[in-house]
Amino acid sequence: MRIILKTIIAAFFCLLAGQATAQADLADAAKGLLSKSYSDKIQATEAIAASGDKRSVRLLEILLSGDLYALEADDRLVFLVKDGDRQIASDAVTGEEIGPIERTEISKIRINNRMRGLIKDLLGRLTLLNEDPALRINAANAIFKSRPAEMVAPLTEALAMETDEKVAAVMRRALAALNFAHGETPDVQADALVILGEQPDPEVRSMLSAELNRLAAAENPSSENQALAAKVRQALDKVEERLAMLGLVENVFQGISLGSVLLLAAIGLAITFGVMGVINMAHGEMVMIGAYTTYMVQELCRNFAPDMLTYSLIAAVPLAFIVAGLAGMAIERSVIRFLYGRPLETLLATWGISLILQQFVRTVFGPTNKEVSSPDWLSGAWEITGGLALTYNRIAIILFAAAVLLMLMLVLRKTAFGLEMRAVTQNRKMASSMGIRTGWVDAMTFGLGSGVAGMAGVALSQIDNVSPNLGQSYIVDSFMVVVFGGVGNLWGTLVGALSLGITNKFLEPYTGAVLAKICILIFIILFIQKRPRGLFALKGRAVEN
Amino acid sequence: MLGLRKVAGVFTGAAMLATSALGLGTAQAADDVIKVGVLHSLTGTMAISETTLKDAVLMMVDDLNKNGGLLGKKVEAVVVDPASNWPLFAEKARELIEVSDVDVVFGCWTSVSRKSVLPVFEELNSLLFYPVQYEGEESSRNVFYTGAAPNQQAIPAVEYLMSEEGGSVERWVLAGTDYVYPRTTNKILEAFLKSKGVAEEDIMISYTPFGHSDWQTIVSDIKKFGSEGKKTAVVSTINGDANVPFYKELGNQGIDAADIPVVAFSVGEEELAGLDTTPLVGHLAAWNYFMSIESEENDAFIKQWKAFIGDDKRVTNDPMEATYLGFKMWTQAVKQAGTTDVDAVRQAMYGQKVKNLTGGTAVMNTNHHLSKPVLIGEIQDNGQIETVWRTDDVVVGDAWSDYIPESAKLIADWTYPYVCGGCEKPMY
Amino acid sequence: MADVIGRSQQGPFVSLMTGLPGGGKTFLGILLVAALFVPLSNTFLPPDSPFHVPTYMVSLLGKYLCYALLALSVDLIWGYAGILSLGHGAFFALGGYAMGMYLMRQIGDRGVYGNPLLPDFMVFLNWTELPWYWHGFDMFPFAMLMVIVVPGLLAFVFGWFAFRSRVTGVYLSIITQAMTYALLLAFFRNDMGFGGNNGLTDFKDLLGFDLQATSTRLGLFVASIVALAFGYLVCCFITQSRLGRVLIAIRDAESRTRFSGYRVEYYKLFVFVVSAVLAGIAGALYVPQVGIINPSEFSPANSIEVVIWVAVGGRGTLWGAVLGAFIVNWGKSYFTGTFPEAWLYMLGGLFVFTTLFLPKGIVGTAGIWMDKFRAVRQSKMDIGSPASVREE
Repeated sequence: MRIILKTIIAAFFCLLAGQATAQADLADAAKGLLSKSYSDKIQATEAIAASGDKRSVRLLEILLSGDLYALEADDRLVFLVKDGDRQIASDAVTGEEIGPIERTEISKIRINNRMRGLIKDLLGRLTLLNEDPALRINAANAIFKSRPAEMVAPLTEALAMETDEKVAAVMRRALAALNFAHGETPDVQADALVILGEQPDPEVRSMLSAELNRLAAAENPSSENQALAAKVRQALDKVEERLAMLGLVENVFQGISLGSVLLLAAIGLAITFGVMGVINMAHGEMVMIGAYTTYMVQELCRNFAPDMLTYSLIAAVPLAFIVAGLAGMAIERSVIRFLYGRPLETLLATWGISLILQQFVRTVFGPTNKEVSSPDWLSGAWEITGGLALTYNRIAIILFAAAVLLMLMLVLRKTAFGLEMRAVTQNRKMASSMGIRTGWVDAMTFGLGSGVAGMAGVALSQIDNVSPNLGQSYIVDSFMVVVFGGVGNLWGTLVGALSLGITNKFLEPYTGAVLAKICILIFIILFIQKRPRGLFALKGRAVEN
Repeated sequence: MLGLRKVAGVFTGAAMLATSALGLGTAQAADDVIKVGVLHSLTGTMAISETTLKDAVLMMVDDLNKNGGLLGKKVEAVVVDPASNWPLFAEKARELIEVSDVDVVFGCWTSVSRKSVLPVFEELNSLLFYPVQYEGEESSRNVFYTGAAPNQQAIPAVEYLMSEEGGSVERWVLAGTDYVYPRTTNKILEAFLKSKGVAEEDIMISYTPFGHSDWQTIVSDIKKFGSEGKKTAVVSTINGDANVPFYKELGNQGIDAADIPVVAFSVGEEELAGLDTTPLVGHLAAWNYFMSIESEENDAFIKQWKAFIGDDKRVTNDPMEATYLGFKMWTQAVKQAGTTDVDAVRQAMYGQKVKNLTGGTAVMNTNHHLSKPVLIGEIQDNGQIETVWRTDDVVVGDAWSDYIPESAKLIADWTYPYVCGGCEKPMY
Repeated sequence: MADVIGRSQQGPFVSLMTGLPGGGKTFLGILLVAALFVPLSNTFLPPDSPFHVPTYMVSLLGKYLCYALLALSVDLIWGYAGILSLGHGAFFALGGYAMGMYLMRQIGDRGVYGNPLLPDFMVFLNWTELPWYWHGFDMFPFAMLMVIVVPGLLAFVFGWFAFRSRVTGVYLSIITQAMTYALLLAFFRNDMGFGGNNGLTDFKDLLGFDLQATSTRLGLFVASIVALAFGYLVCCFITQSRLGRVLIAIRDAESRTRFSGYRVEYYKLFVFVVSAVLAGIAGALYVPQVGIINPSEFSPANSIEVVIWVAVGGRGTLWGAVLGAFIVNWGKSYFTGTFPEAWLYMLGGLFVFTTLFLPKGIVGTAGIWMDKFRAVRQSKMDIGSPASVREE
């Protein structure tokens, strides 16, 4: 690793040296990219960076994003811009527009991982003074990673001119790393170590432990080296201590996020099973219907309104609710309403329905996974510090689960429908004699539970496969959550889901994923012995029947 | 026991009914038809992968019939559904061979399904073509393995990553689903890495259950493991379904292929079709076939597939090529033998050559494994995998791994003088 | 209660169908005839004879018989004691694993690596010695003892906790599901020493008989029939004794039975353990006939399916459970071959249809129709059939 870096740096130096005498022509340098061999391409990339030409940055960026093509006819390098259905090619070196082009007339310039790393590094050096702060951060990070000695001076200069505090922080870290790696005197290194010790960042840890390994590996360590090693160890301990703290925070977050996934999967069941007493084995398939609705919405968007794709997920939420809700109502009216009071038979019938729905989806959409893309605002992570990054989609799922729960609570507690629903659940005959259309309420309740399951499907499509098996993988867990929390109690479902999720995530590092899950299941079995009706049991005579 | 006779009558009647119902078409196994059994799950958890292979076989059969059939006879595919249920696989295999009287079977995906049907094929002396990459450590007289053995996938991939070109990786995460294929592959890799001087503490092994969907902890662990000062790569033997959530988590936690590349042995075009691959660009896969390969045969194959399935978006993948090679070889062997008799066809299979879709020629060896090229590719943003490295020549599939002491001494060779699937000395 | 009605001769067909002495004799008669006819036909009749039962069919029927015994065991606790177990597949699988371990040890040094002591998968995972829980399984009597003890013990421990804590209804069903799910995950782990996902396979012989020989298959078929007959007699005995009457009382009104002075939990525990042992025996016979045992037998879906067989056949009628197991599994075998793409619709449809239109299962409903047809007093019918009893 180090050796490669050194050779690259050496090559870079040579090229820098040559720059003064002969300004290499950018177009000439880029010619090397046409080669099939990756080592030729790497040389060409270095030559482009060394050309000193301002346009090289754009060329490298195009290359990195994989948008660089060569014209079959004359090997000219071009990049493509989409204009409606047409692809407009422009010269990658000069930027001059060439005109619309067919896919067959061009061939892609391929890059591999090694080139990607190199280009990022080179771009880092070239864009340190760029106007865009995001690019400057990238540049500082790239320098931090490769730590080329010759960048000490430019980086110090850039840091002095930097006005943006966020960028400056990243630059300070990079500069500290440079000073530590190439510092002439122990003092410079020691100062750098103090700064590095403040960074709760795995990359800093990576760098320090590598350095420690190197120092420890040296035969006959000098006293100087030993002193340095002690300081590095100190800084490393500090970093690791902070990282451990962050690890705990991350663990809690992951637990809550798993808990909200469980909550989403189970919350619809808390209504169909918990409130209505239907052992709804087709619950998972309602989740699946929601996920496929999301897929359909995205497909429609892709075909008719590609610009709206980013927002398709939001549109999918109410649609999934409606589609799954209608499916639920249809099931209730055609099958389940004949089975009230015989809960165990609802198990058999809904199991049959779940088989039919799975096969139906398989017949219509095919058995393979369907792609549901994540919009930009759900991709990536919120980097609080280097060591703690919370992924956006997980955050969104937590918020979404909370919103769904809140909405459901409101419907149950604050609306006339919620009142009727509770009335029918508590005493069907009495409710009926009070003039409530119990049949209608049943259908609506089942529809509500299924609809909520459908909305869960939208969220799950972001983290799991969209396939006919989607529902099956959540059904057992959902039942566990509802039973653990106490049937017929939404708070119980919430507490049940979160506590199971967090426990699971705290066990997982020690036991591994499988054992953690087994422990949870055994815990549930034992817990039910202690509280045979779950965490929040309903009290009163109604319970006995 | 007044009604005993009546009961006997009822029972015989029922038995007859059952026999005739299950045995529909037994008697009329007409001479002018060659039957090909297709034993792939069309429902249940494995349907997601296996249905494609069923369609691939149907396409090949269709193509064969359009070109005049085989030995002047029409070829007929008998499709059954073992429903991802392993004992049902054995039952259906028996039904195909005994009741439907098929001449050959193409089928199975998971190792356990193959293990389940193996005794049936051996007992009834029929042929199975198994088209999926697998853990090796097996060579049955009645099975032809057209997928990759570990030495045709895992070892070259790791060698590539160790090279300068691949990033000079020094630290390894071996992540897999807890079943026999990842266990074996990881065992082989561990032995291989240690033989290359990788220290114990530079290897992290992690197993997860089937269909694992919450990857937060493991991906953060990988991130941590990768931040200890050495270039790290992940070798993933994670099984089909669990890959989508795994890659989604990788993308979201920002594990960049340039920092920690992930090389997968079970992720192909089909799995990627369910994903937005933009955050995954640069992660690797090792196979014997990529859809992106440009060759005359491959172009024709893709065109034929899309036309057959009637969907322009469907992709092709490595197990499909393995099915294709197996089917072509079988038809050639049948033509050469002039019969579908199992023993004659088996003899004719040895040394049978078919042009790979990726260029070069696949050869069936006497250990029932293929010689194929090994390709390493990087995932692109369009869901395709572009080759970044390939072996110069074909690699001979090894039934018994050289890196497991107990199996290194075993030899699989079904021709004279060995005539066995795993023995230390020749039988004759 | 069903048997009470039968005893008082209300409906000849109900009594015939619900497994009372008359019906029971017929049922045992059928089993006897099958035990004689199938082996004789397979051995002596020419293959082209319409009465010939091919070997393929023998294995298939043997498998169904094991399923039937499993269904019987579920019916015993669900139909007669109101305990709906969604985890009975676990006992079946445990019995199967005990048998599988014996068969693995029988392989001896004929495995691919030729290790005389360790099964192949252990050699492969670098295990150097046999785990303690594998010892003794080379002896057939010990293995058979384990077939009974392991499921029985698990059922005892599980039931002891659950019934004493008065976990009932769906709560009980869900924790039985949790139990089988936990076992599924545990057996999937290769570190457990049970072969992981692949399970135990590649068996060679049983008590020295080659498992692939037709005669061994016939022997296993007959053994399955004997086991089913035995299970049936045990169930008949239990359900017709005073104990059975108490169980039905528990099923229909648990609290009242308790208030009447019965120790409900002991009754339930007893029948639960008996049922688990029967399931274990079924599993043990199943494994040599299908040639593989692996963790998927523990999957909750499998256990749910068993309950469905019972429901289709007729809950609370012993031989309804057997019939249900045969019908559903035969349907599965037939349709997966004939309509590979559409069989799930049929299976799913069958379940919905049964619950909606045959709430008492095929046997129960047929009994009602027959009796109606004969205009025998049917006013007391509703008391006896479990489906009319409201559960939690």
